[in-house]
Amino acid sequence: MASIFRGHLYEAAAMILFAVGLTTLLLHRNMIKKIIGMNIMDTSVYLFLASMGYIRGRSAPILEDGAISAENYVNPIPAGLVLTGIVVSVSVTALLLALTVRLYKRYHTLDIDQIVLLARKGDG
Amino acid sequence: MDLLRNAPFVCVLLPLIAGIFCAVLPRRGAKLLCFLTVLVLTAANAFSFLRFFSGAGPFTYPMGHFPGPWGNELRSGLLESAMAMCLCVTAFLSLWAGSSKAGVHIPRGKQGLYYSVVCLAAASVNALIYTNDLFTGYVFIEISTIAAGALILSRQDGLCLSGCARYLVMNLVGSGLCLMGIAMLYGQTGHLNIDSLRLSLAPLAESSPLPVSVRTVIVLLTVGLGIKSGLFPFHSWIPDAYSYSTPASGALLSSFISKGYIFLLIKVVVRVFGLDMIRASGVCPVIFAFGAAGIIMGSVSATRQTDIRRMVAFSSVAQIGYIYMGIGMCTRESLIAALFHMAVHSFAKSMLFSSAASLIASSGDRAQMESLAGSGRRNAPAGVAFTAGAMSLTGVPLLGGFLSKIYLSQAAIAVDTFHAVAVLLTLALSTFLQTVYFLHTVVNIYRPADKNVHAEKQSVLSGAALCVMTLLNILLGTASVPLYRALASGFMQF
Repeated sequence: MASIFRGHLYEAAAMILFAVGLTTLLLHRNMIKKIIGMNIMDTSVYLFLASMGYIRGRSAPILEDGAISAENYVNPIPAGLVLTGIVVSVSVTALLLALTVRLYKRYHTLDIDQIVLLARKGDG
Repeated sequence: MDLLRNAPFVCVLLPLIAGIFCAVLPRRGAKLLCFLTVLVLTAANAFSFLRFFSGAGPFTYPMGHFPGPWGNELRSGLLESAMAMCLCVTAFLSLWAGSSKAGVHIPRGKQGLYYSVVCLAAASVNALIYTNDLFTGYVFIEISTIAAGALILSRQDGLCLSGCARYLVMNLVGSGLCLMGIAMLYGQTGHLNIDSLRLSLAPLAESSPLPVSVRTVIVLLTVGLGIKSGLFPFHSWIPDAYSYSTPASGALLSSFISKGYIFLLIKVVVRVFGLDMIRASGVCPVIFAFGAAGIIMGSVSATRQTDIRRMVAFSSVAQIGYIYMGIGMCTRESLIAALFHMAVHSFAKSMLFSSAASLIASSGDRAQMESLAGSGRRNAPAGVAFTAGAMSLTGVPLLGGFLSKIYLSQAAIAVDTFHAVAVLLTLALSTFLQTVYFLHTVVNIYRPADKNVHAEKQSVLSGAALCVMTLLNILLGTASVPLYRALASGFMQF
């Protein structure tokens, strides 16, 4: 068991965080905690990607001192993916937070189960 | 250079630009621009479809100066353009039929934004169909989720709010799983471009059993996209999300946006992994079983609904089940049948949602079955359209649903006895259940009418749209052999 973690610490941590985030997003009843869960889940994927792109002993892919050889640099593509992913998750978070504000204004609760019940009761 | 080669690029970029203008234009201008954009998309897709249909081969389109694994690419071929054309037509008709209601349901100041979101959804579905890069696929998955959320929220109503919350939560679970799957795939292969992925995964096709890492990716992507398109055990968000918003949104969500996800899944299944690898991974029986269960459970739930919109939404669960049953059999014929059923379902379901909305409008805005009595007489085009859609999805000959059931059964019989028996039994049972609930509704809307109902004045525009939809559905049932052949030969080049 321990051998899985050795050398793959970041990946293992990312998977655990992903599971934590996914469970929170799926099972928690509080909307804010769901949003937190979603962010943990997305961030864990970024950790996973960033750890894949990092190569020990190499520097950021910015041209310095005329060193053009790719051997000197870490892989920049995962960083690009992470950036894109961050933009996406920020916009989704904004949408969810706006929705939560609206839900709270109408129902005075953040509990999704109660909200669904109240909506069904037909105060719509 | 052949101008039509730019069609896929235009289909992604044009609605994005139009969406920005829609957000700032006044109400009528935004509506006009949005309609025009979707019409141009339909035309562009139709032209590129005709170009491929007359023998041109598929091509990849570099989105910049770098080709292949470095730059981002789109891929266009017969299958992509046929599917994009069908979906754009349904999107246009749904918008057309729902436009008068959208004017009532959406606050006046927000209508420009609504049409801007529709443009966003159009861009993302076209991108999902045409993209040749998995990460671009992920980004547009999220964009269409945001667009879909905004489409549901467009009506300021408690049921829409809670429906949207449930929709977003389940969909974000789905896109999280997809993202993880794509990240793992990138970790294993170092590629995101679909052609390069295929090349680097090809050596694994012989290894038996398939490595756990590849299986995990397949499961993550299938489950993620399955959740997002409403595959059976994850379908709980469908009825709330599709039913209560403005009718154009419901029709767009069920017949346009959800099909984009399914097309991406088929693309992953066929072009990234290949059918052999998917079969070796062992997900096929699971997808098949979920699809079959979805057909039965969706139909059973639909029989128990008293609200016509929820009934139509639950029938979507069943129809998505057919598509997944086709994917689950994992042969060429079954996937072609699934693709054909995607087209049939999107034509029929957009018509059902739109006509149900018109029936409700002519029954004093009440959606319960008993208050709909006689609404088919009060609003003739909607009654005819609803009946035609119901007949198509039940599988009455001369309509699209009949053909897709035939193709699905033929594909199942070609697989083996177990699949043949399972599919035929499921089809028989579901046809029975669909007859029960659709016949019940159709009889109900043609019952002698109660004279005292406050019927809203019928909009000529949406009536005309419903007539066009009915015609197209009949056309799909009687003259769709070229479309089926195009899908089949497009699939072979896929």
